[in-house]
Amino acid sequence: MATTATISKKNLWGGGVEPLKASYGKLMMWFFLLSDAFTFSGLLITYAFLRWSAPAYKGDPDAFTFSTEYWPIPEKVYEAFPGFHGVELPLVFVGLMTFILILSSVTMVLAVEAGHRMDKKGVVKWMLWTIIGGFAFLSCQAWEWSHFIAGTDTATIGDVVINGVWKENYEIFGANLTYNQYGPPAFAALFFFITGFHGFHVFSGVVLNVIIFFNAANGLYERRGHYEMVEKVGLYWHFVDLVWVFVFTFFYLI
Amino acid sequence: MEQATTNVVAQPADRSKILGIWKIAGILAFVTAIEYVFAFTMDAGTLRSAIFIGLTIVKAFYIVSEFMHLGHEVKGLIYSIILPMIFIVWLIVALVNLEGAAIKESKGVQDYEPAGTEHVEESH
Repeated sequence: MATTATISKKNLWGGGVEPLKASYGKLMMWFFLLSDAFTFSGLLITYAFLRWSAPAYKGDPDAFTFSTEYWPIPEKVYEAFPGFHGVELPLVFVGLMTFILILSSVTMVLAVEAGHRMDKKGVVKWMLWTIIGGFAFLSCQAWEWSHFIAGTDTATIGDVVINGVWKENYEIFGANLTYNQYGPPAFAALFFFITGFHGFHVFSGVVLNVIIFFNAANGLYERRGHYEMVEKVGLYWHFVDLVWVFVFTFFYLI
Repeated sequence: MEQATTNVVAQPADRSKILGIWKIAGILAFVTAIEYVFAFTMDAGTLRSAIFIGLTIVKAFYIVSEFMHLGHEVKGLIYSIILPMIFIVWLIVALVNLEGAAIKESKGVQDYEPAGTEHVEESH
């Protein structure tokens, strides 16, 4: 173009690239995350709705025992830690998981920051730490699930249906999708569904991180001239952390 | 396509920027620590739940605004993400708090009170 004209000082978008001053990929990642937030909202609504309308335990928290008749106190369910069998450590393990995920989010920000400076070594280093953090979180979740499924030393007595047969005063250990020792069937079903759905997001995030790690290490983004892919995957990774912050509050604290 | 060998020089890190990132991480860890203090010292109830949700929103703000960089984007982008979420929060409050309580009442769901709690002693 030979002539250029200044249209407005307010810099309204004139039909060129990058509306909202963000690239197409970044913008679409944002809107994908928004729709994903709707999905997780649906799950959390279901959880809170079922819990709100279920019988609550109104007695002394210290005298609490598991029953299939009322919703359990979360602190009494999540109190195990690997290597400390029989020791009551309420919410310590889930605290460790939260810590790991927040730290891996920080290393991801540092990777993005290194990308802005075209620092290939920095990107590769911090991406590797992020991947390690993701694997550490997934490992913790695998342990938590196996403990949740196996159950505690003492059984809960309740009425269950196994293979279509009604069994009264049955000794329930651990949890599955139809009954569990901690509370009403919906309790374990929601645990599996919500932490599982989040865990699957973490897993997808780790896969994406590994791809980006190899691309960065092979110099693809250096040749391309920018590290925007790290930013886009970073957005997804932070979102996974964000969802965990909410799962942590609604599932483990309240 | 002609082959061009370019030397990409990594710019030196800005210390204040790196420190800022770790500061946000520190805030997130600190808020989580406060949540633990409340979890262990306060009895469960509406107030404690409200505190937890409030602190969660504080954490969400720092993650979205700083880590996800939304706070530094243009206004149009900020609003196109935040406004739908505000409507969702409205929906959550309506469904959980109002509908959930109404269903519980209409089904006649009774809370569990073990024998020997204060409630029983009052009637004697």
